[in-house]
Amino acid sequence: MPKTMFEKIWEAHEVREELIYIDLHLVHEVTSPQAFEGLRMTGRKLRRPDKTVATADHNVPTDGTPTAKLIADKLSRKQVQTLEKNAADFGVPVYSLGSETQGIVHVIGPELGLTQPGTTIVCGDSHTSTHGAFGALAFGIGTSEVEHVMATQTLVQRRPKTMRINYAGRLAPGVSSKDLILATIGKLGTGGMSGYVVEYAGEAIRALTMEQRLTVCNMTIEAGGRAGMIAPDETTYEYMRGKPGVPKDFEAAVERWRQLPTDEGATFDYEVEIDATGISPMVTWGTTPGMVVQVTDRVPDPAQMEEPAQRQSAERALQYMGLEAGTPIEEIRPERVFIGSCTNSRISDLREAAAAIKGRRVADSIRAMVVPGSAMVKRQAEEEGLDRLFEAAGFEWRGAGCSMCLGMNPDILIEGERCASTSNRNFEGRQGKGGRTHLVSPTMATAAAIEGHFVDIRSWN
Amino acid sequence: MEAINIIEGPVSVLDRSDVDTDQIIPKQFLKRVERTGFGEFLFYDWIRDGEIELEPNPILVSGRNFGSGSSREHAVWALDQFGFDAVVAPSLSDIFFSNCTKNGFLPVVLEQSECEALAAAGSGRIDLENQKVSWDGGEATFEIDPEIKRRLLGGLDDIALTLQLEDEIEAFEAGSGGSYGPVTTALP
Repeated sequence: MPKTMFEKIWEAHEVREELIYIDLHLVHEVTSPQAFEGLRMTGRKLRRPDKTVATADHNVPTDGTPTAKLIADKLSRKQVQTLEKNAADFGVPVYSLGSETQGIVHVIGPELGLTQPGTTIVCGDSHTSTHGAFGALAFGIGTSEVEHVMATQTLVQRRPKTMRINYAGRLAPGVSSKDLILATIGKLGTGGMSGYVVEYAGEAIRALTMEQRLTVCNMTIEAGGRAGMIAPDETTYEYMRGKPGVPKDFEAAVERWRQLPTDEGATFDYEVEIDATGISPMVTWGTTPGMVVQVTDRVPDPAQMEEPAQRQSAERALQYMGLEAGTPIEEIRPERVFIGSCTNSRISDLREAAAAIKGRRVADSIRAMVVPGSAMVKRQAEEEGLDRLFEAAGFEWRGAGCSMCLGMNPDILIEGERCASTSNRNFEGRQGKGGRTHLVSPTMATAAAIEGHFVDIRSWN
Repeated sequence: MEAINIIEGPVSVLDRSDVDTDQIIPKQFLKRVERTGFGEFLFYDWIRDGEIELEPNPILVSGRNFGSGSSREHAVWALDQFGFDAVVAPSLSDIFFSNCTKNGFLPVVLEQSECEALAAAGSGRIDLENQKVSWDGGEATFEIDPEIKRRLLGGLDDIALTLQLEDEIEAFEAGSGGSYGPVTTALP
């Protein structure tokens, strides 16, 4: 019987019904301390340190602070030092401040070759869906489940439903994979993928680079999806080849991975068709990623929304965002620009952003920062001279970490500040209390930094 | 985990949809390394700014897609430690739902109209064993996975239950199942 990629991976990992074996457990400092403590209190071991890896990211200052003990914020310092101690006590490899391979957990997995097709990957972080871009089953879990994986290397899971989104045609020039996923969330809604493992498929997806695919899978959770997946292909294998963590006999592994893609005739619980050729650069206007329009549109009018709950949410969002219904998106003027996060901080994101500068400067009204996703991305960018391009244009060039995606470190918005951000969430207060977030692609963020307002990059030179 | 079955009493209402975990427990309170001390920071910004008032009643009723966003279990700890025992909404995010069930905190999904009726009644009774919510003038049934229900009713510890299957896990690892994925300790 024909099977979906999800079914193949799921069935290969069933220890028994509803008990799934985990191949890779990624750990960071925020959602793990209580889990390690739970192990200590019950006298349990961490079963497979060799399938576990830890990094510090959420709390990391991006000012070049070289070691955990020099983090100025007392609570952040304690959390990172606790991670270091826990990793040492339980034998888990850890990449903390100062490590050459430190970085955002969803950036280092792929770049170290730890993220592999056909595997199950979990992390106490909702953006774990990112890793599904390699044809892995990857999803976020809470701290109790983190402890469960530490103790047993398994998870108790009910089999989720499956959805496939087929993108017909290719993206137009100037339209990115960030726009593709924002448009998809806008169409399906913030709960539109709830309960589903989603496979992204079709010509537009096949044409994406590996890092563009990571951006798509990353935001699966913003539509409520359990996991996002993309079938591995030559693009995947080419990206992985030579990375330190990949299987020793790489070609034999590739032969196995070729069996993973969904079989012809396999059925999904739900299928959606989206015309990729019709997608435009997107900008969020509200306080959920589903509140999104094309850059050429205007801020929507809540009065024209039929459903009362939707109208009420939109009214609240406009008030929070300080926006008037009917304002053209291109007239919105951010004061801050943030290029970074597990969605868009990889080397190709930074290359795209840097290429859009073309000798121009950041507008006087704007403070803009670029935050590489990992220490490795930072080194690579500096070897290519991207840091000098950014700095010459007036962007700040920072150290690796989650930075202003979530405001757990010194990089935050102040009350009322408006930000064009390449991150994944525009929730109230996400980037700092009272901060106003507009989610966009790296090129759109760069253009906004230079012009001082959003622009349609398709007609911008 | 404490066993639960009947949750009964006044209802607090948060009439908003898409209430995300960043609102339930803002990021500045995620730096604790303990499981306790989160209750006083529940909905910190909304409550401090006077946008909402919430009594620590047994039941919280809210709008669709409650608990969306971050996987932070701190959100459930905050709701629980504030004084709630159950949340009722037309839909709940997947990870949040799972986190609730690991903490003896009952997540209940009802129809929008049923949520509204329960909110209007001002108090209610949730009967997990019979999967029923009742209030003055109405009642509704809800779905819950039988295995999750069994664990909630018994206050069973997931990890202890799984560790009873250690032989099966070892057998799985010894077979082809153990061969997938990287060896993290082998990296330079």
